[in-house]
Amino acid sequence: MAYVARRLLQSLLILVGISLVTFVLLYLVPADPARQIAGRSATAQTVENIREQLGLNLPFYQQYLRYLGDLLQGNLGRSYLQKTEVAELIWSRLPASLLLMAGAIACELAIGLTMGAIAALRRGTTVDNSLMVVSFVGVSAPQFVIGILLLYVFAVRLEWFPIGGYGTFAHLVLPSVTLGFLGAGWYSRMMRSSLIDVLGQDYIRTARAKGLKRAQILFVHAMPNAILPIIAMIGIDIGLFMSGIVVVESVFGWPGIGQLAWQAIQRIDIPIIMGVTMVSAFAIVIGNLLADLIAPLVDPRIKLR
Amino acid sequence: MKKLLLSSAAIAVLALALPAPAFSQEIKQGGSMTVTYKDDVSTLDPAIGYDWQNWSMIKSLFDGLMDYEPGTTTLKPDLAESYEISPDGQTFTFKLRQGVKFHNGRELTAEDVKYSIERVVNPATQSPGAGFFGSIKGFEEASAGKADSLSGITVVDPYTIEFELSRPDATFLHVAAINFAHVVPKEEVEKHGADFGKHPVGSGAFKLAEWTLGQKLVFERFADYWNKGLPKLDQITFEVGQEPIVALLRLQKGEIDIPGDGIPPAKFIEVKEDPAFKDLVIQGGQLHTGYVAMNVKIKPFDDVKVRQAVNMAVNKDRIVRIINGRAIPANQPLPPTMPGYAKDYEGYPYDVEKAKALMAEAGLADGVETELFVMNTDPQPRIAQAIQQDLAAIGIKASVKSLAQANVIAAGGEPDGAPMIWSGGMAWIADFPDPSNFYGPILGCGGAVQGGWNWSWYCNEELDSQAAAADAIVDPARKAEREETWRNIYLKIMEDAPWAPIFNEERFSVRSARIGGADELFVDPVHIPVHYDQVYAKDVQ
Repeated sequence: MAYVARRLLQSLLILVGISLVTFVLLYLVPADPARQIAGRSATAQTVENIREQLGLNLPFYQQYLRYLGDLLQGNLGRSYLQKTEVAELIWSRLPASLLLMAGAIACELAIGLTMGAIAALRRGTTVDNSLMVVSFVGVSAPQFVIGILLLYVFAVRLEWFPIGGYGTFAHLVLPSVTLGFLGAGWYSRMMRSSLIDVLGQDYIRTARAKGLKRAQILFVHAMPNAILPIIAMIGIDIGLFMSGIVVVESVFGWPGIGQLAWQAIQRIDIPIIMGVTMVSAFAIVIGNLLADLIAPLVDPRIKLR
Repeated sequence: MKKLLLSSAAIAVLALALPAPAFSQEIKQGGSMTVTYKDDVSTLDPAIGYDWQNWSMIKSLFDGLMDYEPGTTTLKPDLAESYEISPDGQTFTFKLRQGVKFHNGRELTAEDVKYSIERVVNPATQSPGAGFFGSIKGFEEASAGKADSLSGITVVDPYTIEFELSRPDATFLHVAAINFAHVVPKEEVEKHGADFGKHPVGSGAFKLAEWTLGQKLVFERFADYWNKGLPKLDQITFEVGQEPIVALLRLQKGEIDIPGDGIPPAKFIEVKEDPAFKDLVIQGGQLHTGYVAMNVKIKPFDDVKVRQAVNMAVNKDRIVRIINGRAIPANQPLPPTMPGYAKDYEGYPYDVEKAKALMAEAGLADGVETELFVMNTDPQPRIAQAIQQDLAAIGIKASVKSLAQANVIAAGGEPDGAPMIWSGGMAWIADFPDPSNFYGPILGCGGAVQGGWNWSWYCNEELDSQAAAADAIVDPARKAEREETWRNIYLKIMEDAPWAPIFNEERFSVRSARIGGADELFVDPVHIPVHYDQVYAKDVQ
């Protein structure tokens, strides 16, 4: 229990640290928010009024403390350009992003584990080598390239899927594959080495000696043990997804928080950038925390300290 | 009545000029269309909205006292039935139409007009358009928050409103037509507070039926709209978050009708030459000028000879080719469709030798180093590189600083921020079709302040007073004289050369074959990008 409390406190400190770093970075951007809100036809008086109303004329530390105070009360502020509560913007877009992440997790597990298992069973063959090349591409190719390629081949040419958008299962497929492909690359490699490792263990030899069927050995004895370390990784994936959705959602016109962040960055809408950063950081911290807490539950050999 | 006759005569002339005359009586109402945009719609509050996407949407949800004949820059009364201007040009009286209804069913009266404008001027509203009402008496007090109302606005009776100005203002009818002067119902504004922009209620041709943040908006025809026969469509769906390239693919598949952000530059030639789309691409002028601003406070541009040399050094035709011919070369600040444009002015020739000679006269025969600021999205950096090469040929070594839009704007607003700025992607597009709109904020002394938009920091007080004199010519009979004054102001500016005008962007809209309407409606100079109220669906005809 002491461990959990310590980890929670650490997480909170990390979040405050992230808020400070992001706030400093955005404060250093030379764009003046008051002028942005006021627009090109505004008088100096209008700009001054806005600056005062938003507290932009206060010294830096006061601005930050104000932000932090609001943040602790769950208030993310109001978007400069969208003229809406940031929390409302993020909240309205969160379901789309969560759906996309769920789709991506399904894809990376399905593709990654299958590829890894086949590669392990066919170790050293051409099949193994070609699968590892595919996984290498998955790990290294930029997501916007994969996204546009998939879009072009499967939506424009073959017309199997709609060209971007949101709403039906068909809309979900291509963005999920794009987002999950990177993870699939990692998982196939982990699955391959993990399965090879397990298959060399004594208990597998014993099972084989007992005369069990090959499929039974594989699915009942080998797979569950090989998958264990991978399950623990999914929590950490959230961080990967958070950066991935910015690209993938923009390519596919997916109305999630990644697209929101991208549009805000292009127009330097500071409250949204701050808000999305804080929500993502929160998700990543929670993801890591859960991964650490769950690991000993699935594998009793790991002890919390 | 005279005004009404005039406007119907104008419509008749307009209709004759169109290849396929479309009389509103013949067009059946009904059907729907889908429009896409890349960026989310920020707000539909007419006091706040100032973006590419929401400008025309607001025009369809709300009405102002004045508007323009569809597809033109000709003013006509809208919520006003008629108007009168006093001989001294300082009092404007508008008679309102009776029976105009807001979407909530209440009748619109002169009180609402007064409320709406005072709301924009009130500093608590944070409206970017407050400054447009600067000529109304009492503006100073109200915009400083010292008064709740504008002393110059008087509601004479429920259908008559009078504006008293502190100076004669020839642009006031345009101001009465701008979005910021569109009329909102007080009770709805108070009900929704800061979120009125998400729950807009106006008196326009369409009303907002549905808004899913980040996904789509649905406009539905307002059945009680005062202007019978409008709008032509029953419904418009706006899908947001759609990259222009994806929007174009969807247009080709027949899924959408109008990609609101236009044709992506990389696809332009392909679409223009596609036999399926050749006739659906519509070209039109735009009240826009792309220019290189030279900061007259920074060496070497404090010397007029250097600024003139830059004007002669840039090969504008080549730059127009770089953007696939989507513009025409410019030689003066005003775009050709703007009243006051000097048709016969030849401008500075493209003459590298003469430019070099001017550089030598300025004592810079050995060359000079400087910086050219540019916004970092395609094609702006490529254009800046072309300018950079041209300048190198006359000895100006300009390093290109490619930054995010807001950062370039911030640098331009500092007196020592940016020696040169290529205005592409941030350039001035007129708020209303009047020559004065290209002067004050971007070339006048008023804009040459910290955080201003006069990036050349050019301030000629003599011209400022001429500009003020021109805007005091309110009498419509002296329109030609006023345009002449403005023309001369811009020609004098070209002598001093704080800008090197490069091109005037043309607009290219593309639509699906099932949406009809005169070509002008799809490149409307005011209802940008498309006149939503006027276009119709062919499948219900």
